[in-house]
This record gives sequence, C-alpha cells and structure tokens, in this order.
Amino acid sequence: MSGGAWYAWVGVALSTLGFFGFVVHRHLVRRLLAFNIMGSGCFLLLVGLAGDGRAIDPVAQALVLTGIVVAVASTALALVLLRRWYRVSGESVLPEDV
Amino acid sequence: MIRLLGALLACLTVGAALAVAVLWRPLPVEDLPLRVTSRLAEAGAGHAVTAVLLDFRAYDTLLEVAVLLVAVVVAMALREAQPDGPDRMGLANPLLRAVMGWLLPLLLLMAAYLLWAGSSRPGGAFQAGSVLAASGVLLRLAGVGFNWLDNPLRLRAVLVLGLAVFVAVGVSTLIGGRQFLDYPHEIAADLILVIELALTLSIGLALVSLFQLAPPQHTGPHLPDRRRRTRR
Repeated sequence: MSGGAWYAWVGVALSTLGFFGFVVHRHLVRRLLAFNIMGSGCFLLLVGLAGDGRAIDPVAQALVLTGIVVAVASTALALVLLRRWYRVSGESVLPEDV
Repeated sequence: MIRLLGALLACLTVGAALAVAVLWRPLPVEDLPLRVTSRLAEAGAGHAVTAVLLDFRAYDTLLEVAVLLVAVVVAMALREAQPDGPDRMGLANPLLRAVMGWLLPLLLLMAAYLLWAGSSRPGGAFQAGSVLAASGVLLRLAGVGFNWLDNPLRLRAVLVLGLAVFVAVGVSTLIGGRQFLDYPHEIAADLILVIELALTLSIGLALVSLFQLAPPQHTGPHLPDRRRRTRR
C-alpha cells in the first residue's frame, strides 16, 4: 500500500468515527468535536487519494487548505453560537434533541 | 440502546460506502500536477500550492476570505443583539505573562517567516495569519488588550482589509482589460505579496475576534480591569 492510500484509509476511519460520534452524542460541544473529526477525515481522504501513486497534487492541497480555513471559521462561529445559547437557556443541548 | 445500535448501523453503512468509493475510484482523467508545474513559470509564486491558491484559483481564496469575514460579522451581530458584560477574559496568572514575553517575539517572527516563505516553499498567508491569531489569543488570555483596536471603526477596517485589497486587485485587472484576478505577468509576484500581507492581518484579526466574541460566562469571579499596561 502506497503512502497516499494509507492516508486515505485513515481518513475513511476518521470520517466514520466522527459520524458515529456526531449521531450518538447530544451535547453540542461533543457534536462539534465529532463533526470536526469527520471533517479532518475528509481532508485526509482528499489529500491521500490525490497523492496516491503520483506526484503531490497542488490543486488538492490548495482545495484542502481552503477547506481547513472554512472549517476553522465555521467551528469558531459554532462555538460563539453555543456559548450564546448556553447563556440564554443554561442548556448545552437543543430541546428538540432530548 | 436502540439509538446506539441504529447509530452503529448508520456509521457502518457510511464507512462501507466510503470504503467502496475509495476501492473502486475512477482514475483521474487529467494529470493536474503536471498542468500546474508546466504553467508554474507564468504564475506569480514559485511554490505550486501558493500559485494555485493565489493565482490559478484565486477566486476560491477570495470567497474563502469572504466566508471568514461573514463568520465574524455574524458573531458581531450576535453580540449587538445580546450585549456582554465587562470584559474579563484575562487570567490573573503572572507565569503566563512572563512566558508571553518570551513567546511573543518568536511567534511574530514565525508569522513573518511563514508569510515570506509562502512564495517559494510551504507557508503562506493562512499559516501566518493563524500564528498571528495564536499570539493574539495568548495575549488576550494574559489580559493584555489591544487599545488601538478598541475603536470599532479601526477594528472593522483591519478586518475588511484583506478582502478589500483582494477585490481591488481583481477589479484593477478588470479595468486593465484582463480577466478578474488575472494578474499581469510582470507584477504578479508583487501583487500576490501585497494580497498575502493584507490577508495575513485580516485573517489573524478575524480569528482573534471570533475568539473574543464568544460571551463570557455569568458565573466566575470578576477580574480587575487589566487592559492597560500594568507591568512595572
């Protein structure tokens, strides 16, 4: 198994694990963490597949770098929303989820 | 219990679907790395990833900066709707302040190096911006404020700077009779450096602002106002 394919498989495992956490947990911070793990798995999958058996693909790397910045922005915004929600309601889960 | 089993089943399905997709993936129809390296001489950056980010696919990067800005705008709007109490983010920790004195110059040097290195080797505006943001977050935790940025107009001006410079360069290439963000070859390297410099400042400040805009908790002790310099 070449280096790229190994990273792709780790990405598959991380995505699956993150998805499981996202479905199982109700606490919003845990969900956010699980969602980020899923996203990291996707990034690893993309870079791993693009670098499998060929030269390093700068297009895929740039795509993933863009994705990482957007993921950071959305995570930060989600944390702001979570803390606002906690301040308003004193809850760390959504009422529809219980 | 039934929920856990259902989640396990769903997760196994997703994992199996991903595995199938990886195993039987179609071969790429075009050799993108080759295309990038063959046109690299025309780009304004020597490093392939930077060339893709800021030259070949600059439009993506422009929109990505816009996404970051929108996130900050939403966080600011939320604060307007639900004002916070006094700022008490600073930790009364003398060790943190002492360590900051060592770390801050290194962090700033690192950010400048990453920005400079971006044109020829791994590095670039986003990496430099995030290092800058890390130093900003550490400063906030140590209770050091940025008095210059307390003025909302200045804060917003620096936040928008990256996107504004990017759009200005794009529009000026349009006025010059080229495509949007299609830099003239002679000054492409300089334009990319200017854009990256503005982006670094904006990205760093945007990330620090997002950190700062998360409201403090109601409980917890009030810290004294340490925003002015108190070091002897």
